[in-house]
Amino acid sequence: MAAKRGYVRPLDLKRGRVDMNHGAGGRAAMQLIDEVFVRAFDNEFLRQGNDGASLPVPPELLQGGRLVMACDGHVVSPLFFAGGDLGCLAVHGTVNDVAMLGARPLWLAASFILEEGFALADLKRLVDSMAAAAREAGVAVVTGDTKVVEQGKGDGCFIATTGVGVVARGVDVGGANARPGDVLLLSGPIGEHGVAVLSTRESLEFETEVRSDTAALHGLVATMLAAAPAGAVHVLRDPTRGGLGTTLNEIARQSGVGMLIEEATIPVQPQVEAACELLGLDVLYIANEGKLVAAVAPEAGAAVLAAMRAHPCGAQAAQIGRVVADEHRFVQMDTRFGGRRIVDWLSGEPLPRIC
Amino acid sequence: MKYVDEFRDGTLARGLAARIAAEVQPGHRYQFMEFCGGHTHAISRYGIAELLPPAVRMIHGPGCPVCVLPIGRIDQAIGVALDRGAIVCTYGDTMRVPASRSLSLTQAKAQGGDIRMVYSAADALKVARAQPGREVVFFAIGFETTTPPTALVIRQAAQERLANFSVLCCHVLTPSAITYILESPEVRRYGAVPIDGFVGPAHVSIVIGSRPYEHFAAVYRKPVVIAGFEPLDVMQAVLMLVRQVNEGRAEAENQFLRAVTREGNLAAQRVVQQVFEVRECFEWRGLGEVPFSALKIRSEYAGFDAERRFGLVYAPVPDHKQCECGAILRGVKRPTDCKLFGNVCTPENPVGSCMVSSEGACAAHYAYGRFRDAREGREAA
Repeated sequence: MAAKRGYVRPLDLKRGRVDMNHGAGGRAAMQLIDEVFVRAFDNEFLRQGNDGASLPVPPELLQGGRLVMACDGHVVSPLFFAGGDLGCLAVHGTVNDVAMLGARPLWLAASFILEEGFALADLKRLVDSMAAAAREAGVAVVTGDTKVVEQGKGDGCFIATTGVGVVARGVDVGGANARPGDVLLLSGPIGEHGVAVLSTRESLEFETEVRSDTAALHGLVATMLAAAPAGAVHVLRDPTRGGLGTTLNEIARQSGVGMLIEEATIPVQPQVEAACELLGLDVLYIANEGKLVAAVAPEAGAAVLAAMRAHPCGAQAAQIGRVVADEHRFVQMDTRFGGRRIVDWLSGEPLPRIC
Repeated sequence: MKYVDEFRDGTLARGLAARIAAEVQPGHRYQFMEFCGGHTHAISRYGIAELLPPAVRMIHGPGCPVCVLPIGRIDQAIGVALDRGAIVCTYGDTMRVPASRSLSLTQAKAQGGDIRMVYSAADALKVARAQPGREVVFFAIGFETTTPPTALVIRQAAQERLANFSVLCCHVLTPSAITYILESPEVRRYGAVPIDGFVGPAHVSIVIGSRPYEHFAAVYRKPVVIAGFEPLDVMQAVLMLVRQVNEGRAEAENQFLRAVTREGNLAAQRVVQQVFEVRECFEWRGLGEVPFSALKIRSEYAGFDAERRFGLVYAPVPDHKQCECGAILRGVKRPTDCKLFGNVCTPENPVGSCMVSSEGACAAHYAYGRFRDAREGREAA
């Protein structure tokens, strides 16, 4: 039987693996891009087929708004974990970095570093999850790049994404804007992403129902900004790596202020607390991927908190403390036990204690 | 969380704090050493120092297994990884301890050493089974708490005749260290470190029992109260120590009744006995050579002893000249007395071992208690 003219055998997305040809820029690379990436991310900009995307000027810019841009490299082991995977993480992480400047995220660029031998089925799963997350967040992946590295030189798949968004005129959110008296609002229970990933690590495997909280937060941010008078939301930040403790220290340093938080007000799921207890880890330093902390002018605190609680990403939001004047820029915490201590920067990797 | 929250109840803590404050007598001095890093950690993490009256001072003792590990021993582990090409498995805390040549196990790993963090001794054994072509060394550190698991894996390796597994044994003994502190000239002759009592180890005592403390409570006339690692345990132990001081008693009491018996865990003691024997001398970081204070692997299990297997010779390495870890571990100085504290020596770049683990006196004070120095500075000014 003669083969059909122009027929190209499709990629074997069940059993196939990434090989060096997929990164060589030839026909195999083209096929991978078309059958995996373009098919999943499909949008008018990507369809232009150029090495970059040519984009329209967003309306906010014409009204005196600003452009924001953020970039985030995503490496996670394992690639798939309870509640998410590297693909959706690569969307949420960058969308949130853009959103934490008070911006509306619009477009993403994605760079894939694939390791030779990586299963195409896993790649497809990651890309589909990424596309679903982007669609849900209302952002388009408008350009991208793929490279293949030799076996042993990558961890299956790395995804770096760059996000572009717009901030409306009059919105000024940034890590240096916290002022003494501001209330600190946290959007929900902490530590879920870190514990979900830890629990699936090969050396640790423990059974837990904890799922990663990975989520795009720009919807929540928009709700918060809408609920507050102009300029009342001073700082927004998502406590990812390093956890809430590190994020509060970052803000304290940038703004030249101290903080006083109350342990009893910080929401933590019992399963997360138990896992941290078992491993000797401090939940304040465990990563989150779908939470934010905000410093808000005191008079707007109640309204913003109410708006957060009305949004699905902030149902368990809480006021956890206040910004205070402190030349030392200490983050201090009144413990549930009744004492007071510093919540310091995380140093090194959080290691389980042995004694 | 059940079985945890009960021991961290703020209301009970305030009640205990009030009772301690009421029972502290004017003119009396109450300086207690918590031997264990676990207690140091609890005191710092829950802010217990803030709840105690000024007359009660807690001195952080040398019971942090990472802190007392001498440079020479870490050098041995690094050497086995870098020069002998062995896979070295160890507990996470050990990874960042500064050693010679500006190295630590973390940095040796970055230089190409195959150094792996494990969560239990059994995981090291798994690595050895999975890599029959490579030497696998478990760098075993810790007090009596971590000793029985090491003994078990050595016994298991012997049963399986694993030819590529060995243990670099740095296990140390608690009672000899406490005795050594009480025998130190600062405590005994000069009276420079007035220790009025000890908060005795929690997990260590589960293994060795409360009996070993009876001897020195009597001989050295020092009260000991064995306490759990939860903050309420520590508060209750302090109250019990205050009462002993007030009544002029020096007894070994057990606050940690829910876990510690007088005899301890006999099965664990047996397996430790079977595999290990006491070393005549072992260097502790900060304390120096302490006689009969550590364990070595018995000759029956010589094949699993990394020191014998690789012909390792111990070379002591002095600490940084200005590092006060030694004096701090003996309770002679406080972290803030050290010139390096908080500037040259920080958790990111530890010079001394007390800055490495969150159980170390310096790291605990740096990470949790620094705001108090700022406050005291203001009050003094």
